[in-house]
Amino acid sequence: MNMKAQDVTRRTLLDVQDLHTVFEKDGNEVHAVNQVSFDVKEGEILAIVGESGSGKSITAMSLLRLIPSPPGRIVGGRVLFNGEDLLDLDDEKIRRLRGRDIAMIFQEPMTSLNPSLRIGRQLAEPLRVHGSVPKEKVRERCLELLRQVRLGDPEKRLDAYPHELSGGMRQRVMIAMGLACLPKLLIADEPTTALDVTVQAQILELLRDLVRAHNSSMMLITHDLGVVARYADRINVMYAGRIVERGTAEEIFHHPKHPYTLGLMESMPRLDQAPGSRLTPIPGQPPDLSDPPPGCPFHPRCRFAEARCRSERPPLEQITDNHWKACWVDTDAKR
Amino acid sequence: MNASVEPAAVTATPVRPAKRRKTLPKPVAFLARLCRERPLGAVGALICLLLLFTGIFADLIAPQGYNAINPIDRLKPPSAEYWFGTDQLGRDIFARVVHGARLSVIVAFAATTLSIVISALLGILSGYFGGRLDMFIQRLVDGWMCFPDLILLIVAVAVLGPGTWQIIVILGLLFGIAGSRIVRGAVLSAKQNVYVHAAQSMGASSTRILWHHILPNVMAPLIVLYTTRLAAVILAESGLSFLGLGIPPPSPSWGGMLSLDGRSYMFQAPWLAIIPGIALTVVVFGINMFGDALRDMLDPRMRGGSGRYMARVKRAIGV
Amino acid sequence: MGAYVLRRLLALIPTLVIASIIVFGVVRLVPGDVLDLMLSENAYSSNAPEDRAQLEKALGMDKPLYMQYLHWAGNAVRGDLGESLWRNTPVTEEIGARLGVTLELGVLALLIALIIALPVGIFSAIRQETLGDNLGRSFSILALAIPNFWLGTLVVILPALWWGWSPPTEMTPFFEDPIENLKTFLVPSLILGTSLSAVIMRMTRTMMLEVLRQDYIRTAWAKGLRERSVVLVHAVKNAMIPVITLVGILVPILFGGTVIIEQIFRLPGLGQLLLEAVSTRDYPIITGVFLVTGVVVMLVNLIVDLCYGYLDPKVRFDR
Repeated sequence: MNMKAQDVTRRTLLDVQDLHTVFEKDGNEVHAVNQVSFDVKEGEILAIVGESGSGKSITAMSLLRLIPSPPGRIVGGRVLFNGEDLLDLDDEKIRRLRGRDIAMIFQEPMTSLNPSLRIGRQLAEPLRVHGSVPKEKVRERCLELLRQVRLGDPEKRLDAYPHELSGGMRQRVMIAMGLACLPKLLIADEPTTALDVTVQAQILELLRDLVRAHNSSMMLITHDLGVVARYADRINVMYAGRIVERGTAEEIFHHPKHPYTLGLMESMPRLDQAPGSRLTPIPGQPPDLSDPPPGCPFHPRCRFAEARCRSERPPLEQITDNHWKACWVDTDAKR
Repeated sequence: MNASVEPAAVTATPVRPAKRRKTLPKPVAFLARLCRERPLGAVGALICLLLLFTGIFADLIAPQGYNAINPIDRLKPPSAEYWFGTDQLGRDIFARVVHGARLSVIVAFAATTLSIVISALLGILSGYFGGRLDMFIQRLVDGWMCFPDLILLIVAVAVLGPGTWQIIVILGLLFGIAGSRIVRGAVLSAKQNVYVHAAQSMGASSTRILWHHILPNVMAPLIVLYTTRLAAVILAESGLSFLGLGIPPPSPSWGGMLSLDGRSYMFQAPWLAIIPGIALTVVVFGINMFGDALRDMLDPRMRGGSGRYMARVKRAIGV
Repeated sequence: MGAYVLRRLLALIPTLVIASIIVFGVVRLVPGDVLDLMLSENAYSSNAPEDRAQLEKALGMDKPLYMQYLHWAGNAVRGDLGESLWRNTPVTEEIGARLGVTLELGVLALLIALIIALPVGIFSAIRQETLGDNLGRSFSILALAIPNFWLGTLVVILPALWWGWSPPTEMTPFFEDPIENLKTFLVPSLILGTSLSAVIMRMTRTMMLEVLRQDYIRTAWAKGLRERSVVLVHAVKNAMIPVITLVGILVPILFGGTVIIEQIFRLPGLGQLLLEAVSTRDYPIITGVFLVTGVVVMLVNLIVDLCYGYLDPKVRFDR
């Protein structure tokens, strides 16, 4: 478990304020990311946890303005990076930022690489476009990158096509591409979900080692609590397009406060469970984001729900130095 | 299910569930959806209906027939009396166009139906039974498809001679063999479904599997194929008639009306050249639009294409 | 890549054989007898069985069918396709003289179609739902419905009526005077190319849209590439694969189109030759042209396959 004492001492790298992204569906507006605010500090690994449809991936893509439009658009908020609001930048400026200052890697290594171009060509692209490395040194740098991601036989890999590599190898190439220009922030959107379990651990270790070595930050998006436990410094828990709880890993795991987080913790299989005992899933379904319920979005599934929860939406409030929650109920008292 | 139970009468008549809420019959609901979502397709459907109507009631609309020669009134421009003018033999072009519609309808529907039957047969035989039969049929189809449509048609007409039935058979065969590929593809992918394997392992006969499991999956592409073939057949028949190889004169084929024999007259009377062409274009346009809309609506609702990126977006917005 | 080429060439052979059987078989289906026809057409017409038997022997028709086929095929491979029934010139010579014209028309039309369709299709996709996109789509919908023989006819007639201008009809061979030659081909290939471009445009747009939604395009954006790079380097190469397939499928259609356009503009190509032969029942020529078109299409498909090998690396390593 990673414990950081006071992250007040670290500088803020990315400051997201009230981010709001909607999608058009059949004439309805779906609020995929709804007034989301958080920050990423220098050198930290921030995790965003939530189930499918919670809005975590859309949040990440909104930061770099990679939302497909139609049908989506970012309707509000500010994303402050290096003093500039990324949502306000013109196209050319954000283009230069992508891949160089903030890089993103995705979930599907099988389809995230262009099948008709060689690996070397694709790996060299961010280097060439951002001019980080003089032309003669590009190939060298690519080989170096492949070695950094612990890909064997880098010479051969450079000339290969994506379909000649396995999923794990392709993800390493993606990581190499992401880190090629030494970005200050790497956004990793479910980087291991599509990989074999045995490979998952390797990739996550690799990511952590590289990010630490470069003193970069990483935003790790996942639905897998196990991953979060081992690698994250701080955690944001998202539900129905909003952040419902935030804290250091220590706080979230040992003192979860929000009913949803509690539900997630309880639904994890544990080694110390009695054999034969059942898993306790969270009852119900995530809400329809085009027509969310009034009040707290989680209340229909919440066993602690009170009258206030059904009508008033709880804001994200600070409990301790390192812990925020968006809930009216004191779950400690009720358990 | 909104079944509510009425209280049992004292005389103990059997309790009946209340009638289901009235929903529109499926074809009507479908048409309503068509108009709402794909207005162009609805226009196309309207054109097709107009064509059918004209074809069926041709004798009522233009009772004088398509060959009422009237040398006095030759080459008259469109007017109140002759809506589309007259041709070099004094025949009312409007009447010829109307009867031409009937000809198109007959030839098109007959040939297309024949072609769909052939495509379905070949496709199913090839796709479902596979093995040597498949290889054999596919090789034949490969060889057949090396030849340009029109060339095949011309050669076939050279061999069999012109005439309505010959044209229908030739067109049916040509498009039938070409279309079998598509059907075969649909059958192959339908065969992959787990429920087919399940049925096979339960010992269901081939006929049963074909009828209950394969055919429903193949219906949608067949319907779409029908509409595209319809347009293609109309164009092919008119092309043949244009070249003088279609149904022989004095048949009112629209393509024939545009043929080169009449070319010299067209310089004097341009409506001879313009009007049948407009008829053809409108009809083909209508069929294409309707077919497109049909295809869009029959496809599983895949708006915005495929790819995991969009899949994730769709999941995020709850599609 | 070399092994791939060889494999493709070898795969061509069975198709070639089957195609030739189809050619041979179809033409032999003529009801009534070529012999009777020839005898009746000739001066010394007599139905005397000896004369008939003599003619039969001379044409090699007394042997069983498969032997006739082998004889014919054997000759064909060596470049001997027999002689025209009426003109006593070798079929190969007749075809050779006309093939160039048809090929030139076809190639020019295809080039024009690609030049129009590809940029418009790509632009339509990257600027989806804008005015440019809708204009392009409307154009292609219209062009698909207009029969090319109608368009050709209108182009010949209307300008003559309005401006007194006619497209040139005397054809000068290419090598004699390229400019004059191209002038003659300009209008016909434009017409043929326009209807072709509609199909290619729609396909290009659809494929580009689908490719642009793929994950690797999103990766390209995330790397900070310029739009130009994303579109031209990443998207186009992948989108072109099905478009190339489409071009392969279109070539037979192109051939059909050339027949019609040659008729309208009086270009001395294969189409004209075929039509003449049909009206004079010159079966050796019909057979020869039939075969040649099939072979040309097969060669084009081969080239398309080879392009695949270049565009899609996976194909090179597969079967």
